[in-house]
Amino acid sequence: MSDAIIKVRDLGKSYLISHEGQKENYTALRDVITNQAKKFFSFPKNLRVDNEFKKATTEEFWALKDLSFDIQQGDRVGIIGRNGAGKSTLLKILSRITEPTKGEIRIKGRVASLLEVGTGFHPELTGRENIYLNGAILGMSRAEIRLKFDEIVDFAEVEKFLDTPVKRYSSGMYVRLAFAVAAHLEPEILIVDEVLAVGDAQFQKKCLGKMEDVSKSEGRTVLFVSHNLTAVNSFCNKAIYLKQGNLINQGNTFDVLKSYQKSYKSNGVKNNIRINFGNVFVIEKFDFFSYEVQALKPNTIIIELKPLHDDTIKAFAVFIANDIGQRISLIDLRDCCFDRIITKDKLVTIKIEIESLSLIEGDYYFGLYYEGLVTKHGNESLIPFTVTEQKITSGILPYNIEHRGFVILNTKHKIQIGDI
Amino acid sequence: MQEEIIITAGRTEKNYWADLWRYRELFYILSWRDIKVRYKQTVIGAAWSIIRPVLTTIIFTIIFSKVAKLPVPGLAPYALMVYAGMLPWQFFSNALSEASNSLIGNANLISKVYFPRMIIPASSVITGLVDFAISFIILLVMFIWYRFLPPLQILLLPLFILIAFFCAFGIGLYLTAVNVKYRDFRYIIPFIVQFGLYVTPVGFSSSVIDKKYSFWFGLNPMVGVIDGFRWCLLGEPFQIISFMQAIIITLLFLWLGVAYFRKMERTFADNI
Repeated sequence: MSDAIIKVRDLGKSYLISHEGQKENYTALRDVITNQAKKFFSFPKNLRVDNEFKKATTEEFWALKDLSFDIQQGDRVGIIGRNGAGKSTLLKILSRITEPTKGEIRIKGRVASLLEVGTGFHPELTGRENIYLNGAILGMSRAEIRLKFDEIVDFAEVEKFLDTPVKRYSSGMYVRLAFAVAAHLEPEILIVDEVLAVGDAQFQKKCLGKMEDVSKSEGRTVLFVSHNLTAVNSFCNKAIYLKQGNLINQGNTFDVLKSYQKSYKSNGVKNNIRINFGNVFVIEKFDFFSYEVQALKPNTIIIELKPLHDDTIKAFAVFIANDIGQRISLIDLRDCCFDRIITKDKLVTIKIEIESLSLIEGDYYFGLYYEGLVTKHGNESLIPFTVTEQKITSGILPYNIEHRGFVILNTKHKIQIGDI
Repeated sequence: MQEEIIITAGRTEKNYWADLWRYRELFYILSWRDIKVRYKQTVIGAAWSIIRPVLTTIIFTIIFSKVAKLPVPGLAPYALMVYAGMLPWQFFSNALSEASNSLIGNANLISKVYFPRMIIPASSVITGLVDFAISFIILLVMFIWYRFLPPLQILLLPLFILIAFFCAFGIGLYLTAVNVKYRDFRYIIPFIVQFGLYVTPVGFSSSVIDKKYSFWFGLNPMVGVIDGFRWCLLGEPFQIISFMQAIIITLLFLWLGVAYFRKMERTFADNI
């Protein structure tokens, strides 16, 4: 393992988090001065109390704990884990945006990180100017950009609008241009965060394909964070599974993905998930029969919500979206919910029975939409779940997944040849 | 094989200055962006960097020369003297306030990409230099208007521009780092700039200051810079003391700014 291109040893990162309900990381000088003044005037009686207060309100939080791993040259490594597992923190440390609290990393070669699409794009500048700007920000030299300029423009399909300020671009064009610059980066090590979650599916595929080409033909190393397990599976040859800052598993993609999915099932998000849904509800429970379900099997969803204030329901719906964010289905709950009154802290339970889950296998998300007299909120991808293949009964192998569309109809069929 | 980057706690960068050099292209392009955007967004664009100093010069000339009847030490007309002081002061105050807000203004870059952070305040000071160049044209027009021939030492002017540059950069580094940590600090910056105008000899010559106080007055590094400007452009007597003071104080600010910035730099991405 001496030729590892990235070596990580005992890496840890801690943050101080305060419980004062302070949302931002920065402090206001005003507060510091008032606190100091308060301290000064209440001296010495309250000094000790104040210290204890401080201890109670700020807490050390380890976003990453003692990670050690090696990455070989030419590997395409997927980093997976749930929200808050430390994936993004890891990428930020590897790309030197923030510093580790402990441990050591050795990296051989130039690193380019792509944590966001179109970092540094300026709306007032034209497409041409933004290509140069964004390229430079991502670490390309001007000569390199000039060399690839035509290729980038071709890839983004925006040649007509090159001299238009990007503020006049459609969002699709904007994203395409940003991707195109990023896809033409050629560092030894490329670090990519969730960025591919935006943009249309076809273009996503084009980008992944481009990155794969570069990685395979030129031996470049790619680190890739995604919630899209299908993309990780098809693109990466290695994977690292993080959970609450710990490294749970690493190795070849298939094994790691399997262990990840298993953990989803065993201690999944089933009970007491406590997700905030806007400032409308706390979702106490989003119980699905199983987070890995078989196609065409019946299922039941039980949702428990704790309202954060009184309201009258005007609309309520559960979405199902696929792993690239396309909405597959909407379950309209107005028939049972419309004009019902909810009271703060009084638990609301919704039960949805699905006779047969007619989705083809893959990763999906549940989303929720709520609209009341007072507030409304929507989230397309709240809770992930996986649908597995239906059991083969007829002895015929199913077609490949890309030929089968989105849904499976529950059908019976017959054929008759000749006279009826 | 490639050189190896080692990332550990407490010290991200061993070869910080080498890295700064390596990222010079980003520096050029960010400066270019700042300049481009600045002159694209405003309708009057470049005119703004002419209107402001010219109007202030007219007001100052009326107040200090006609109302307060302050003397002129050299041969140049009063308006010319005011403008020669206005030039470096405008550059300094613009550069300082731009630099102080630069990190916050580029928060998205800082939290998403690595590069030596010092590039950002540096490029915003450079932008000030472009405004300066535009305002300088007016000075040339004034020379022609007043039929005033600047002395030979005008060739030394870049030296004083450099002092003003580093002075603004040093203080700007410090303020912008403080700004990341204490977000309401930015409201104090306009006050600092305004206050600075009163203790800087823009509308009057520093020779009207009583000798007793001139040492303390000269602790403001812009005093030395403005004296130097008037020496170069108008042939007023060279003030060696304020010149030395300006150099020493600027170096001190620069050192303080760099040291504090480097210390805070590591946590910028976490705090911004």
